[in-house]
Amino acid sequence: MKHLLSILFFLFTLPVFAQEPAKGAESAEAFNPGEVILHHVADSHEWHWFSTDNGNFVSYFPIIAYQPGKGMSVFSSEKVAEGKSYQNFKLEEEHLTTLDGSTVYDFSITKNVAALIMSSLVLVIVFTSVARGYRRRVGQAPTGLQSFLEPFVVFIRDEVAKKSIGPKYERYMPYLLTVFFFIWFNNLLGLTPGAANLTGNVAVTAMLAILTLIVTLFSSNKAYWSHIFWTPGVPLWLRPIMIPVELASVFIKPISLTIRLFANITAGHIIILSFISLIFIFRSPWTGFLSVPFGLFISVLELLVSILQAYIFTLLTAMYIGGAMEEHHHDEDLGIAEQSHGGSDLGHLTRPDVAAH
Amino acid sequence: MSLITPEFGLLFWQTLIFLILFLLLAKFAWKPILGSLKEREDSIESALRMADQAKLEMQQLKAGNEKLLADARQERDRMMQEATTMANQHRETEKARATSEANHIVQQAREAIQTEKNAALAEVKNTAAQLSLDIAERILRRELADPTAQTQLVDSYLKEVKLN
Repeated sequence: MKHLLSILFFLFTLPVFAQEPAKGAESAEAFNPGEVILHHVADSHEWHWFSTDNGNFVSYFPIIAYQPGKGMSVFSSEKVAEGKSYQNFKLEEEHLTTLDGSTVYDFSITKNVAALIMSSLVLVIVFTSVARGYRRRVGQAPTGLQSFLEPFVVFIRDEVAKKSIGPKYERYMPYLLTVFFFIWFNNLLGLTPGAANLTGNVAVTAMLAILTLIVTLFSSNKAYWSHIFWTPGVPLWLRPIMIPVELASVFIKPISLTIRLFANITAGHIIILSFISLIFIFRSPWTGFLSVPFGLFISVLELLVSILQAYIFTLLTAMYIGGAMEEHHHDEDLGIAEQSHGGSDLGHLTRPDVAAH
Repeated sequence: MSLITPEFGLLFWQTLIFLILFLLLAKFAWKPILGSLKEREDSIESALRMADQAKLEMQQLKAGNEKLLADARQERDRMMQEATTMANQHRETEKARATSEANHIVQQAREAIQTEKNAALAEVKNTAAQLSLDIAERILRRELADPTAQTQLVDSYLKEVKLN
């Protein structure tokens, strides 16, 4: 998916660069798909619904800026829209900067934050109503939304948590369910036209992955750390070398979680937008015969990807937690056996049981 | 590129809002949902277990019934056997008793018949002797009316009688 992403960038940026000098006068009006797609995929300080000849239909959000020494300033993003500057602030490619170059921390309610608040409200409303359904119909068959969402809850519990974490799975169920439904709902909401690309934003996925890392580290046991700093089943001279490798793997896991979700969702958006951009590149309505079926196909595929990525993120989280809680009985036994051999490097290879391991 | 550099503000809001969302959902959604699911599954499981137990009890009851029935059948057979033997025995003894009684009666009858026969015979003898005497007397009376005939008879008797 990452490769696809970069290939697509090349595909849709190169022709534009090639066209610009040739067209010359038209360059101001020329359609730049790379820019448009990036603008749609990235976060923004305003919610741009659509544009007509009469102007843009935009919702502006409050900008909350904190400057060390100067304190907070809150104002509407309309004041810095379209290159305007307000007080000491201006937007440079959706990035809040100051005119005098001093540092500023941007706590603005951006499009993604607004989408995050809305989707969180949706999640709370949906699942508290489902929970009410359980309370109202104790011991009865589920109905409506409850019966639609119950299989997912049961699936996460039985197929993900129980199998990956083991008997202590119940403690982690709230986190796994929240992560699963958060990612799934936001993936779906991100697919609706005009909506924010929340789960395709690296800050969001990174934060989820960091939470998973924290949960993993807090549930880790002695065997987990001994596996990192004194890897059993590995020749003694190799063990010091394994320490940085194992330590790196602790951090590579959340990084892979971050990139997988972000890249998958963003790539899907970019592909759909690319097919739509084809119409504007060729300036012909006939392109619609190509763009619409392909765009529709990718959109439907994205529906599948949205639940698949939610499932993968949840499953990997559960597996990392389960791995951190696992007791390495077999491996520990091996370590003791090796030490009794006087730490000989090759001696244990003659033992069939170890060699097989 | 702006796409792959996490924005500080969004990271902050995401952390804050996600944690609030997590706490809200954990308390007001996941806890009741998971609790109810567990409760329902437990009740289903216990119902299934109870059904199994009832089935087992039913089987035991059925087996008990069958055993009882078999016992009863055996008892009946035994009783009938006993009754038959007793009846046979009874009949045999009755038969033996009847036979001996009959024999006894027959014996008595024979004896009575014998006695009667003897008495009758004796009476017949007496009567015959009496009759003979009477006849003889009457004959004699008529014959001996003539003195010669008397003499002749006496003579014939005397000849018959040997004096030794």
